[in-house]
Amino acid sequence: MNRDHNIHRASDIRVDLLLIADMIPHGARVLDVGCGNGELLEYLRLNKNVDGRGIELSPEGVNESVAKGLSVIQGNAEEEISHFPDNSFDFVILSQTLQAMGRPDRILQELLRVSKRAIVSFPNFGNWRVRLHLMLHGRMPVTKSLDYPWYSTPNIHFCTMRDFVDLCDELEIKIEKKMAVNSSGSKMFFNSLLLSNLLGTQGLYVLTRE
Amino acid sequence: MTDGVNNIDEDDGFSEVVTLGNDDPLRLSSGEILSPFKVAYKCWGTLNEDKSNAILICHALTGDQYARGKNPLTGKEGWWPKLIGPGLPIDTNKYFVICPNVLGSCSGSSGPKEDDPETGEPYGLDFPVITIADMVAAQVRLIDHLKIDKLFSVIGGSMGGMQVLHWAVNHETRVRTAIPIASTWRHSAQNIAFHEVGRQAIMADPNWRNGRYFETDIRPHAGLSVARMAAHITYMSEKSLTSKFGRALQDREKLTFGFDADFQVESYLRYQGISFVDRFDANSYLYITRAMDYYDISTNYGGSLTAAFENTPVKFCIMSFTSDWLYTTEESREMVRALNAVGAKVSFVEIDMDKGHDSFLLDCPEMFNIISGFLAAEASFSGIKLNE
Repeated sequence: MNRDHNIHRASDIRVDLLLIADMIPHGARVLDVGCGNGELLEYLRLNKNVDGRGIELSPEGVNESVAKGLSVIQGNAEEEISHFPDNSFDFVILSQTLQAMGRPDRILQELLRVSKRAIVSFPNFGNWRVRLHLMLHGRMPVTKSLDYPWYSTPNIHFCTMRDFVDLCDELEIKIEKKMAVNSSGSKMFFNSLLLSNLLGTQGLYVLTRE
Repeated sequence: MTDGVNNIDEDDGFSEVVTLGNDDPLRLSSGEILSPFKVAYKCWGTLNEDKSNAILICHALTGDQYARGKNPLTGKEGWWPKLIGPGLPIDTNKYFVICPNVLGSCSGSSGPKEDDPETGEPYGLDFPVITIADMVAAQVRLIDHLKIDKLFSVIGGSMGGMQVLHWAVNHETRVRTAIPIASTWRHSAQNIAFHEVGRQAIMADPNWRNGRYFETDIRPHAGLSVARMAAHITYMSEKSLTSKFGRALQDREKLTFGFDADFQVESYLRYQGISFVDRFDANSYLYITRAMDYYDISTNYGGSLTAAFENTPVKFCIMSFTSDWLYTTEESREMVRALNAVGAKVSFVEIDMDKGHDSFLLDCPEMFNIISGFLAAEASFSGIKLNE
């Protein structure tokens, strides 16, 4: 069947999701943890023939995903991921969700149990704007993309890129690829952790087991 | 025999009773044989050229083939009127929809109420005890009769969901997608216990006469009505009972200090019981509750749900309701987890609705959207040519 009209153009999905999609090879088995409305999984299926699965907490997100023909289950990621067998995926994605986890350390270990590789992105609280906001105003930063007050935010475990690298060290997780992402979602071209942590608004990492 | 598959009344579909198993007896789980047997069913829509757009609807314990349109026995509207029909989530303009009455029931298919072809009088308790597997086996024969190789989807709630699962696990090459709603993969001790209360109520009614009440003009209405009352409580949530009735009194200002229906909830339950006995057969109630109690999809797989689903090619969409305490979300999740463990394709949604188990029969836009979205996406992927 000709499905050309379904093929997504790069402009159809969020730039930071496209960065992730670019790292996934054709035909891979992928689990998207916190897949939202299934935007990335749909893109991967249509453009890379990926065999995808998703876990999503919000019923609205699951409904939209199911209507796209995706296999997505509703539930708490930390609970549901534990029911997947070891090594059931080639890639597992945790995009902009790490900070909402009860135990980010445990979820990282779970990601690398069910999959050989994990792609993890998170808002970088080492970014200079966040640092400046806290210094000047003395209040918890509320950013454009994460605009909840501190007392009601689902994002309970913010970290900086340096914190994240330290955690991976501690858990003996190997960082295979790393990049800082700017506010428009594009990759920033420098390698230094100091600069990444200061200028990046998002950290994006590919992790494997040691 | 019917060759009228494509010849359908626009509004209502047609209702048929087909006699099957004359040459090829139906061997039941108990080892007993049914030959011949009848299946009453109703269809809507038109079967497409390659017969790939057929959807089977499986009904619940006291349901029947009248999922939409007017039920001629009750004069009331079918039980899924907002789900099945032209332009509705299960769109009869696009799909060919079949709804059979289950074996053991009392709406035209073979069951205790129907005549035993050998004796010419009603089976009563001479009807063999049947299982969910037997109900599905009869449906398989119906699908054969309609010359459909593979169903596009099998959809059902509650006991309908059990049939859906049985189709998916045991006839996996004949089903593309499966949608079990508010269902379970095996009857729990609590489920069996509630059913036993119902059966005992029927059998304790002297008018039941060991199941041979058809020899008189009197039916075991008292027993069947109590069975229905007890079951009805399990179909509702505490919250929906409280918000509907609370402790409100029925047509009176104060308590009567007697055993009349003082409370609205009592009056409501009595009404549920009384209105049920006119449309349902007491022996059928015994047989079908038994079939549900015997149900455990893992039985033939060493008790392992994962083993039951191993290598399944069927794509699942499972739904549960937050307030359903009869077949809980947890039971649906057990199926979802087992399916994920074997790498099957499964979607799952727990729908937030406070009406209890019966939510699946009510107006539930979220359930409607999920079903229509799932079916449309699957039809598109499988390249199925739907009717325009």
